[in-house]
Amino acid sequence: MDVTNNAIVISNTESIPGRNIVEFYGVVTGNTVRAKHVGRDIMAGLKNIVGGELKGYTELLQDSRKEATDRMIEQAKSMGANAVVNVRFATSSISQGAAELFAYGTAVRVA
Amino acid sequence: MALRFGSRDMEDSVQKVSMLFNYGLPLVIILVAYFIGSYLENRHFRNIRKREDDLHGFPVVSFDTMPDDWNATTSDMVTGSIVISLDYFKRVIAGLRGLVGGRIKTYEPLLERARREALLRMTESAREQGFDAIFNVRLETSRLANARRDGKGTAGVEMLAFGTAVKLKSRFG
Repeated sequence: MDVTNNAIVISNTESIPGRNIVEFYGVVTGNTVRAKHVGRDIMAGLKNIVGGELKGYTELLQDSRKEATDRMIEQAKSMGANAVVNVRFATSSISQGAAELFAYGTAVRVA
Repeated sequence: MALRFGSRDMEDSVQKVSMLFNYGLPLVIILVAYFIGSYLENRHFRNIRKREDDLHGFPVVSFDTMPDDWNATTSDMVTGSIVISLDYFKRVIAGLRGLVGGRIKTYEPLLERARREALLRMTESAREQGFDAIFNVRLETSRLANARRDGKGTAGVEMLAFGTAVKLKSRFG
């Protein structure tokens, strides 16, 4: 982690390894709601016959989770934090074909 | 019917053909799905074992604090995920199993390989970024917005593995 270039480091532990927390800013969150893609869904429908990985969906969820994490990081940055600890992920399907991906953690300053 | 002669035979054969389509086609799909599915599953397991051997010696632990002898310099969170489908054959078997209850063996290897794949992807991404170890690994499973209410459509399960990757001053002390 480099404190000087204002990069945010995230961790799912309660502290950043090798650093001390000097200030707490509170909980930061980021979310995104995504619907699936018709083309991908047709391919997934075919794949559903033999089983195995649905690559289109894997990518879709990875992109979405990255976006949720990025939004969480933006919020932490705007608070003046340089790290987010205890990050958790949550997924909920809110309607047929749409899912919310949600990331949250505690914004802190480490030294 | 306009045809007097042979109209009964024709009706019979039309009925036979439609019977074939109604019952035969799903049966063929189930059989084809079963054979292709098990072939792909074995191939995936071989691939997983090979990659696990490659990663031998890369510590991945689920402790929530670092072992004392690790001297971390840099850290970041790493994730790995996979979405797998609960295929046609397995859903049929599980549906039948649901009548009598008990263990659904067809699902077990499916979930196992997905989970191991997610862990592998997480570990491989940590290694690519130059990290030496991962701790506080957590696994999550979530069902995607799935099959339509009539039981058709796609059913998917996502496996997510995430943890905190660290660079160590000197590996193991």
